[in-house]
Amino acid sequence: MRRALIPLCCLLACGGSVEDEGPEPGEELPGGATTVHDTTRNAFTLVARNLQGERRDAFFVGNSLFNRNWVTAPSSTEGLDGLGPTFNASSCAACHFKDGRGKPPTEPGEKSLSLLFRLSIPGQDAHGAPLEDPVYGGQLQPLAILGVPAEGSMALSYTSREGSYADGTPWSLEAPHYTLQNLAFGPPHPELMVSPRVAPVMIGLGLLEAIPEASLEALADPDDRNGDGISGRINHVWDVEHRQARVGRFGWKANQPSLKHQNAGAFRGDLGITSDLFPTNDCPPAQSACMKAPHGGEPELDARKLEQVTFYTRMLAVPARREADAPDVLRGRKLFRDVGCASCHVPRHETGTVDDAPELSGQVIYPYTDLLLHDMGPELADHRPDFEATGSEWRTPPLWGIGLVQTVNRHTRFLHDGRARSLEEAILWHGGEAEPSRERFRHLSTDERAALLRFLESL
Amino acid sequence: MTKQGWLALMTGALFLTSCGEDKKAETVDPLAESRARPVIQNYAALTSANYAEVVRQAHSLQEAIEAFVANPTDATMAAARAAWIEARVSYGQSEAYRFYGGPIDNEDTGPEGQINAWPLDEAYIDGVEENYDAGIINATEEYPELTQELIASLNERDGETNIASGYHAIEFLLWGQDVSETGPGNRPPTDFVSGEETTRTNADRRRQYLSLVTKQLVEDLESVEAQWKPTQGTYGQAFGAESPKAAVLKILTGLGSLSGAELAGERMTVAYDNKDQEDEHSCFSDNTHADLYNNALGIQNVYLGRYGSVSGPGLSSLVAEVNPALDQKMKERLQASLDAIRAIPVPFDQAILGADNSPGRQKVKAAIDALRAQTDTLVEVATALGITLNLE
Repeated sequence: MRRALIPLCCLLACGGSVEDEGPEPGEELPGGATTVHDTTRNAFTLVARNLQGERRDAFFVGNSLFNRNWVTAPSSTEGLDGLGPTFNASSCAACHFKDGRGKPPTEPGEKSLSLLFRLSIPGQDAHGAPLEDPVYGGQLQPLAILGVPAEGSMALSYTSREGSYADGTPWSLEAPHYTLQNLAFGPPHPELMVSPRVAPVMIGLGLLEAIPEASLEALADPDDRNGDGISGRINHVWDVEHRQARVGRFGWKANQPSLKHQNAGAFRGDLGITSDLFPTNDCPPAQSACMKAPHGGEPELDARKLEQVTFYTRMLAVPARREADAPDVLRGRKLFRDVGCASCHVPRHETGTVDDAPELSGQVIYPYTDLLLHDMGPELADHRPDFEATGSEWRTPPLWGIGLVQTVNRHTRFLHDGRARSLEEAILWHGGEAEPSRERFRHLSTDERAALLRFLESL
Repeated sequence: MTKQGWLALMTGALFLTSCGEDKKAETVDPLAESRARPVIQNYAALTSANYAEVVRQAHSLQEAIEAFVANPTDATMAAARAAWIEARVSYGQSEAYRFYGGPIDNEDTGPEGQINAWPLDEAYIDGVEENYDAGIINATEEYPELTQELIASLNERDGETNIASGYHAIEFLLWGQDVSETGPGNRPPTDFVSGEETTRTNADRRRQYLSLVTKQLVEDLESVEAQWKPTQGTYGQAFGAESPKAAVLKILTGLGSLSGAELAGERMTVAYDNKDQEDEHSCFSDNTHADLYNNALGIQNVYLGRYGSVSGPGLSSLVAEVNPALDQKMKERLQASLDAIRAIPVPFDQAILGADNSPGRQKVKAAIDALRAQTDTLVEVATALGITLNLE
């Protein structure tokens, strides 16, 4: 983080005299030439606009795999069997519905489908990865195929956190609490650490992958040398495909080095589908029925299908902004910067050259993220380290498309565990390095807060 | 330029139009009210006629299915299957009216997702080979009572292939899994017979499910038909009065989306590439070839301005006015797609198998290419009509 606080404060103090700027050219097309124009429920499901001809075919094929339900092996549906033995869902789209955002269960009896729980115990393996729980593995799988016990489930409750804006307007946030229940294999390790993770929106991932590492290095400020109170750290994580440590950029803790890696990890963890990258199921020794269950091939996901799904996830387009030039949106955009949001939610990037994807190369994009880890304070902390990420660090999530989540997924639950019930609540939960920004937001007038939120909704 | 400047120019243009002798020298407004209005109103009329036929055939299907569940025999089952195949003819053509948020797939109220959703995970509804206890029908504890509301609430729940209702749910119940290389699924009627003859448990619930899901389909289709009726306050009436540019944009968006992303992409390329019958549109009945044909026919209908006995000015007449060669090319492309689809050997699930140079795969590929070319020409047509068509 290079920008100093002093000029920011100055801007705030003399805000009235600063001319409002118009939109930057191209700002309304956050995905560059991949950007699509759709504001319906399908806004996150579309193929990159500049992907043309036969290259589009591969997208549709990957899409079908993303939606398809995997079934128990053995089955007549060859190539799509091997679900589980334990799993969270039977298709990618179950959690990433319409390629959109997941949420915690909100109705009584609703399954926790798009909110999953990572499990680990203190310590690291030889490559720095968290150590899995010896009884329940690296992830809680609440479902299982016939004849195999499911691991258990998670009960959720909330307590209120009251607060108020500087102008006296009160708010009430809901802090989640998680309790493991129905555990099939007795107590987990006594020092078990649990991290809730909600399914993120799938748009623009190929573009994020195409941001050069050097750009992220340039944004990183691990020791806060510029003294702005914001560090910004790269998570170096183990890449099982290339057998080396690499810059992590996907996942809530930037613990995934590439989309292919992320997808193969999700196939194993969420669906119980093995691949060349992760050839064994998440069946700890205590779970004998899980270990003995029939599988659907070795691996269950062949290399071609993994490539097809990965191509799909790279090529999901980013929708264009709505009303990017409306006066209150522009005012909100200025406040977004002045308050300090843009310090981590870095608006603009340029992608590098991607050998096999000219569509993603050399694009000016507006994802509003630095893909770096930041300390978000004790309230948001999961207290579970993940490679170099501490228990209170999270990766800045991209904000593009965030204003369409309600349209696509019919909810407005935000943050890593979906605790925030609105964009406003999501801002109010920001702590740690983001606390000064949160405080500045707290001191805005009703009008200014509304303008900032209008800006977010235009993304 | 000032507003007054534009006005002066426009007045000049009007003047030229009214007194110009050399018509070729003028800039023709491709969507002039006098020509475009009849096209838009004819579109609304043929849409209304098409949905009326859809509902008529759905009622016939419902009658046949009620006769079948009242007395499940080979004969009543065959009649129900025939009624389903027949019902697909008009519905397939009506898919040309999708993809622009009209009554069929309006963002909030459109029932398309519970009418024609696919591909369908059969084990979500009923038992399948190696897992006869699967599905909502056999989940007697979780869902002790089957109701229309329950089925509607389970449709697309927790996954995009968790399809509980619509044509393809009925298709699966009437045919069962297709494990045959030469023909469709072959579920015996005794799956629906209770007592000693039964071949599957929960036959009573299977009958009930089939009956409920058909009733829901009829109601959903009736709701769409009602909105296209040419009566006061309907969507159809409002559509007929829309500005030419807005209405023609919708019409072309529907045609282009069905032709490209849907038909060439999801309905053909995916199956072609995966070589998996699970990815064909009507995989239980082996009716995919007819579905594809009727979809393409629906596109041609709209371009030419006809459906059944309804016939009037179509987009073709507008294009012919500004670019006769393009109109000719469009018509040829539409017919070429229909011919290419018709050339695919039946059943489709066998045509997609084998090496890329096998006769079946070559025909499928040729049809995909024809639809792609047709989609490109639709974009040209839009441009010629002064419309930017952003197909996703």
